[in-house]
Order: sequence, then structure tokens, then C-alpha cells
Amino acid sequence: MVEGTLALRESFVRPERPQPEGTGPQRRLIFRTEQPFGRGFSVGDIVVLIGIAVLIYAGVRLALRAPATVEGPTISLSPGALPYYALRSIGRMAAAYLLSLLFTLVYGRAAAYNRRAEQVLMPLLDVLQSVPILSFLPVVLLSLSAILPERLAAELASIVLIFTSQAWNMTFAWYQSLTTIPVELREASAIFRFNSWLRFKVLELPFAAISLLWNSMMSWAGGWFFLMAAEIFTVGQRDFRLPGLGAYLQEAANQGDTRAILWGIGALVLVIVALDQLVWRPLLAWADRFKLETVEGENPPTSWFYDLLRSAHILEQLSQGVWRPLSERLDAWLIRRAGAAGPEAERRVRPWALYLLALLVGLGLTYGAVRAALMLVTVPASQWGEIGLGVLATLLRVSASLLIALAWTIPVGVAIGTNPRAATYLQPVVQVVASVPATALFPVFLLLIVGLPGGLNLAAVVLMLMGTQWYLLFNIIAGASAIPQDLKYTSALIGLSWWERWRTLILPGLFPYIITGAITASGGAWNASIVAEHVEFGGRTLSTVGIGALIARATATGDYPLLLAATLTMVLAVVLINRTLWRRLYRLAEEKYRME
Amino acid sequence: MSENGYLLEVRHVQQIYRSGPRQFVALQDVNLAVRDGEFLCLLGPSGCGKSTLLRIITGLQRPTEGVVLYRGQPLRGVNPHATIVFQTFALFPWLTVIENVEVALKARGVPPKLRTARALDLLDRVGLDGFEIAYPRELSGGMRQKVGFARAMAVEPELLCLDEPFSALDVLSAEALRGELLELWTEGKIPTRAVLMVTHNIEEAVFMADRIVVMEKDPGRVVAEMTVDLPHPRQRRSPEFLERVDEVYSLLAGQTQPEHVELGVAPGEPGRIRALPPITINDLAGLLEHVAEMPGHRHDLYRLAEELRVDSDHLLQLTEVAELLGFSTVGGGDIVLTPLGETFAEASILARKEIFATRIRRLPMFRWLFALLNVAENRRLKKEVILRALELEFPPEDAAQQLETIINWGRYAEVIAYDDATETIFLE
Repeated sequence: MVEGTLALRESFVRPERPQPEGTGPQRRLIFRTEQPFGRGFSVGDIVVLIGIAVLIYAGVRLALRAPATVEGPTISLSPGALPYYALRSIGRMAAAYLLSLLFTLVYGRAAAYNRRAEQVLMPLLDVLQSVPILSFLPVVLLSLSAILPERLAAELASIVLIFTSQAWNMTFAWYQSLTTIPVELREASAIFRFNSWLRFKVLELPFAAISLLWNSMMSWAGGWFFLMAAEIFTVGQRDFRLPGLGAYLQEAANQGDTRAILWGIGALVLVIVALDQLVWRPLLAWADRFKLETVEGENPPTSWFYDLLRSAHILEQLSQGVWRPLSERLDAWLIRRAGAAGPEAERRVRPWALYLLALLVGLGLTYGAVRAALMLVTVPASQWGEIGLGVLATLLRVSASLLIALAWTIPVGVAIGTNPRAATYLQPVVQVVASVPATALFPVFLLLIVGLPGGLNLAAVVLMLMGTQWYLLFNIIAGASAIPQDLKYTSALIGLSWWERWRTLILPGLFPYIITGAITASGGAWNASIVAEHVEFGGRTLSTVGIGALIARATATGDYPLLLAATLTMVLAVVLINRTLWRRLYRLAEEKYRME
Repeated sequence: MSENGYLLEVRHVQQIYRSGPRQFVALQDVNLAVRDGEFLCLLGPSGCGKSTLLRIITGLQRPTEGVVLYRGQPLRGVNPHATIVFQTFALFPWLTVIENVEVALKARGVPPKLRTARALDLLDRVGLDGFEIAYPRELSGGMRQKVGFARAMAVEPELLCLDEPFSALDVLSAEALRGELLELWTEGKIPTRAVLMVTHNIEEAVFMADRIVVMEKDPGRVVAEMTVDLPHPRQRRSPEFLERVDEVYSLLAGQTQPEHVELGVAPGEPGRIRALPPITINDLAGLLEHVAEMPGHRHDLYRLAEELRVDSDHLLQLTEVAELLGFSTVGGGDIVLTPLGETFAEASILARKEIFATRIRRLPMFRWLFALLNVAENRRLKKEVILRALELEFPPEDAAQQLETIINWGRYAEVIAYDDATETIFLE
């Protein structure tokens, strides 16, 4: 996943092939996207991109009927309202997460078990996860508000947006788990005639559990970034804000109410920390049983809350008295219903049905593409010029934020990573700081920065920086602590100078980690441009040159051809940069600099 | 039961894998029958397709051609009357011992109470009482395999299939478990009608089976069949037992052929390419030194296995290499050193390298490689290039292993060198 923010988690890498006894999945303290980075551009990618273009076009068409003014909600700044806002925000996150989970299970399974589906679904996923999700927000908001009541449209749009930020990496994790289940376990479940329900419950879900959980946590952390952006989105006469923590913070900043700002940030941090401690950590501790390792691990994840729950008597009784009989009933019912499983053969689909489907999709895409092209033709050359300039300006901002982030994270990350004592103290602190979604703090930063020279330009870079630096920092810490001790000793023994040590050992060792972090960071920065380059603040409209600003302006003024053109250009630009620049660097890093 | 008294019949089964334009025959025209009440062993070296055959027999895999008849009926899908005990146990690590057994019954819709009772009974019978709520990772290999047996027997299969069930265990656990299984089987304590075991261990097959079907590789096929009519429990040291073992060795080791047949052809030429067994020179030297000490430089293969503490599979690969290089001949279950083999066994390290180099230069595989390298720029080739060429002749994994072996032997003989950083192979 290229977009979104992540908190520091151990990402989980399943071995490519079933490993012999005793070598389980390995953990690395690094953000890793579980994606095949090997491919270049293919025909499939182009089809997918056309599909995205048609989808945006359809959204824009719908948006033509969007109401010209949208009344925003009234946001109360009383601290007493915060629990309500927090619940609303969590509710949106939970709804989107459930949707993502459902999507993951269905999509990943289809891709893993059906060769033909795999050939279509995996490239699709690959492009989707490198698309800047936030650029869709205006189109989704406008098109939904054209067909649904305004409030409902905004709610739905936020959920759709969070969903699109969460689903891909989870789907990848699930798909990858399904395709790496050891052959003998698969054969055992076939020979003992597990039907699809039992196979799901006893084999697939447990095998994927840990990977799915880590990725859920990543997705959830990333989701906050988008939720906050969706909750504060306002352009021109259209106020799409949603009652929630993000809107509270924005309103507080708007009114310059420092007390409310502090209350808001406190509530947000509290919610994020509480979810981590009360939901994710206990789940992780519980999921440790699903490790494939055949020996006991040395330091399993622990959770105080999980221990508390386990020692509570009532839970044991509930499990014995309610859960067990219930799941037994469910199993019995599902086993009867699904019948005995046949061989794991692919269900045969008639080829003509497939061809027909492909033909219909092809026709639909062609029609949509032609219509989209016709709309794009109406965009005047001057606006195309603006778009080009905007992409360039945003690219400069993204690069600047990346460079600033690198400048401070490399020394700090190496300092923390090579010093285990410092790491134990600093890492939790950094984690909490990093877990606050940058978009939530943006209004606050605006309040501080907007009066300075550079104004919004500076603020936009700062927002990007806040969204990106943490990935880099965490990856560099991980990379620095992964440099083998004996190499460090050797370089000290042969008397390498400070600079030589950095050049021959530290920088090459960090390279793969920096690249991994930078890929995610740059994706996050592009996303941030949508909310950072054009803001309604304190009754004023601030705007700067950039593709994000253009998209926002097109949304505000209802210039739909421009909206289509700008959104498409941004998607294309980001996908292109990913494929040409980042993939190459990633492959170089993987092949040349991995210390394994 | 079909009218001829066979529980299971395999007729003209072929398994062919395609990889691009090439095809590889994993099983060639296999015919086989399992009688009611029989303990049958499929015995053969690794790569002879015996595990594939087991998967075809149980319906886990569909053969390219041919049919499997169960009780006279063609098999469709997984055979509901068969079950497998896996080499790697295939236990679900997140289920406890008893849950692992119960889940097999649950899949068949056995109600909870009956399920638990039956699982407890079986765990008791294999000697695992007290470990019901342990997780597999807490158990030793032998105990894990006991869970595997309990799970397989829980579903009361008519045909119990064992896929090298003892080869991942330590020697003592394996021997104990073999005895326990034989006891359950010979005393009729389990409702199983026939046992089909796949193994590469010759002694194990003779120790347990009523009948042994011997398979060979390149291509995988059945080459011989023998009945073992010794009463249980069998005595491994008894002359009758050793005679049977010797007999199987002579079947599997075959007879040294004329040189041009032994060597085979080079890749790209018509005819059979001789795959190089993945053997290290150290092991080969160990074998030759050992035989050199024997009177007449001749020794029984089955004794060698015990004395060198290698399993029969490994030993057969070693003798194959010794034959291939002209260091020994094989016949009637005996290995005899040639004068060259004697010289090698007694030579110094450097002299050995020289002898080895001259011998591998004769191998078609190396002649082919030298020809390739000689026309290459700077007499260097990327490893990848040679691998691709080999993949035209071997399935991908085998090709990689062939290349590893070529590099290992070539480096030892100092005829080729390999640079790992650039992944290139070049002539010394």
C-alpha cells in the first residue's frame, strides 16, 4: 500500500514456499508491502487504468447533478460532545474495516483458487494500490451527493474512501497466505474431506490469521488519515464535513480555540491508544497460537488486557456455555449444508460465457473511454497547461518533503537503531506520536503557519512531511538495527573513518529500508496534496499552485471536465512514478543490498 | 470388492508434466493392484514418482492418463475410503492433539460426544493419553506421528496409505512406531483392509510389507515385484531377512551396463540423458575407501548401508556415481571396485582431483558444458543461461539441482570455476 499512514508494526512475511519443519514465517521490523514488485507495465495495467478512467468519468457524470451548496453540520466545541464525535469516527472506521475484510476474504479467495480470475484480479489489485486514493474523494463525494441525501452521501463517501485505503494490502496478505499454505496441510484437509467451511475455519483462516492481523492494524492506522481528511473536506459552497473528531479539530482551529484543540488532540490520541491496547494487542497475543512454527517462540507478543480477560472467570464460562455450543451448531449446520468436498478442482466455467463477459466488459470500457475522451477534449489548452504545472508543483512539494524527511530521519534513525537502549525507550514514544494522523493536525498547523511567509505553500509541505517522515524513520531504525554486529566490529577493527563507514556499511545496509519507506512515504505525500493545497480556513479560501489545488477548485466551482482531467492526470502521474522510479529502485535494493 | 479380489487397481496410469514445449514423464504406464488384507510397499529411489502414485491412488491428483479402480469402480475425486499418514505429519499446529483427531471426524458429521469418545480411545491406543490438550509443537516427532496415525485411523479407512511415515523421525522412534503399527495391523485391531506404504528405505519395506513393488526413475515406472512371505515379527538379523534385502538391492542397483549406455547422451542429443545424482565427493570417497578395505574389493550393498550409516536411497545414489565414473561395477547386489576405483581410494588429495577431473571430462553433461563455454565470450557464461538450457531437458527444480551438482563436481576437479557475485561459470 502506497497511500495512507501506518503505525510501526512488525510486518509479516510468509515464506514463498512451504518451508521444512522448524522454519516458520519470519518477522521483520519493517513496513513491507506484500506485493510483487517485479513487473513492469503490461497490457493489463493499461486496461485497469482505462477502467479507472471510465469509473472516474461515470462519477463525474453523476456529479453533474450534485447540489450547488451543501450545508455542513454544526460542530459543538464543548468537550462533552467529544465522546459522541469519537464514537461517530470509530463507527465509520469500523464499517469501512468490516467492508474491507469482507472484500478481502472474497476477492483474495477468488484470486487464489481460480487461475483465470488470478490473471485479472492480481494486476488490478497491483494498480489499485498505487493509485492516490484521496484524489477520488471529490468525485466520490459529488457523485454520491447527486443521488443520495447530503448527509448520507458524505457518510458513505468517507466509508468508501477508507475502504479503498484499507482493502488492498489486506487482500494481498490473504491471497498470499492462501497460496502459501503448505501442500501437506492442504492435502490433509482434502483427504479428510473438509468441506469449504471447515477448510476455511480450520486451515485457511488460522494460517492467514497473523498476517491478516498485522495488515489489519496497518490498514486501520492508514484509515485514520483518510477518515480525518474526509471529515474536514470543504470546498466553496459545499461543506462535506462529518460530525467526528476530525471536524471537531478543524472547527476548533477555525475558531482559534486552543483549549478545544488540546481537548480534540487528547481525545484522538486516547482513542487510538485505547484501540491499540484494548483491541489490537489482545488480538495479537491471542493470534500467537496460529504460528506455524513447530517450536515455542522466544518472545511472543503480550497484552495486559488479554491476560486480564483470560484470567476472568466469566469469560471462560461464556466460552463454555455459549460460544462452544453455538459454534458447534454452526459447524454442524454448515457441514451438512455444504456437503462433502469434492476434489480441489476448479469449477469449470463455460468458455463462451467468459468470452461474452470479456466482450461486454470490453465494449463497456470502450464506450466509457470514448465518452471520457470526449469530455476531456472540452478541457481548454490553458487548463491542460495548469494541470501540467500543477503536477510539477506538487511533485516538487512531494520531493521536498521527502528530502527534508530523509535529512533528519537518517541520522536520528541510525542513532536510535544502533543503540538498543535508546530504541527501547524511544520507540513507544515515537509510535504514539506517529499514530496521530497528520490530516487531523493539519488545521492546527494552518493556524500556526498561515501567517508566516510562504503561507499555504509551507503548510502543504509540512503536512506532507508529517504524513511521510514516520515511515522513513521506522524503516531506518529497523534497517540500522539489522546491520550485523560482526560487520560493525569489522569496520571498526580495520579502522574505517566515519565517512567510509557510512559509505561502505551503513548507507548500503539502509538502502532497501530507505526505499521501502520512501515508496510508502511518497504515496502518502501525493494523497496529502488534495487536502493541503486548497483550504477553507477561518472564512477565507487559501489556494496554491498544485494538482491537489486544481482538483479541489474544480470541485468547488463545478468544473467537471477539469475535475476529470486533473484526477486522471494525478492517478497517471503517480502510477507512472511508481512503475518507473520506485520499482526500479526497489528491485535494485532487493537484489543488491538485502543482507540475508 | 471387484470379482478378482482386488481392493484397488491401477491401470495404465501415466503422469506427464508439461513445461513449455518439453514434457516430463513422471509415471510411465503403471499397473498395480492391492489385494484385500495386504500390506503393500511402493519402494523406489527419490524421484521415481512413488509419492505421485500415492496421490493418484487416493484421488488427490488426477493422472494424465489411465484409471484407478476402487472395488471395481473407477475413482472420481478423493477416495472416501482411503486416508493418508503424511511424512511431515500434516497436523494443524493451532489445534490440540485431540482436536486434530476430532476434526477428521467432524468433517464426516460425527456428533460431538461420539467424536470425543472415539478420539480419546484412539489416542489411548497409540499411547498418547495425557497429551490430549497438548499442541503439536510441544510433542516430539515420534509423538506427532502417533497423532497422525490416530487421526488416520479415526475415520476407519479401508485403505490406509502411508507416505514415508517414518523418514522424518529419529531412528529409535521410527523403529518403535513401526512395531506398534505392525502390531495393530497384524492382530486385526484396526478395521483397515489394506495398507499401502511408500518408502525409499529397503530394510523398512522388507520389515513390514507382504509384497514390494519396486519402482525406478527416469521415467518413473514399476520394474519388479517381490513377495515377502516371512512371518511377523521379522528378525532383521536373520539370514532370510538379509537375503530379501540383498535381493531388493540387486533389483534396485541393477547391473552395470556397457559404458555408452551408462553415460547416456549430452543435453540436446536424442536419447536418454543421465542425470547426475546430487552427491558430494567426500561421500563418494568415503564409500570407495570403505569398499577398498574389503576382501577382493567387493562388498554387499545392504551391509554397506548399515556400516556407512546411510539410508538405502543415498547409498544407491553413491553407487550410481561410482559406476558412472568407472570406479566400481555393480551386480547381484554387490559392489566391486575397478582398478581405477582402487587407485582413487588410495590416492592423495591432489591425485584424486586429477583422476576425478579426467573422469568427469568423459561425462556427456560436462562435455556439453565445455562445448558451451568454449564458444562463449571470454569462456564465461551466466549461470542463468546454463540453467535455461538444462530446463529444456529437466523439470525446473531438477535442472537447478543438476547445475548445483555440476558446479560442485567441476569446482572440486578444478575444471570449471564459479563466481557467486556475478553468477558466472567459466573454464579454469
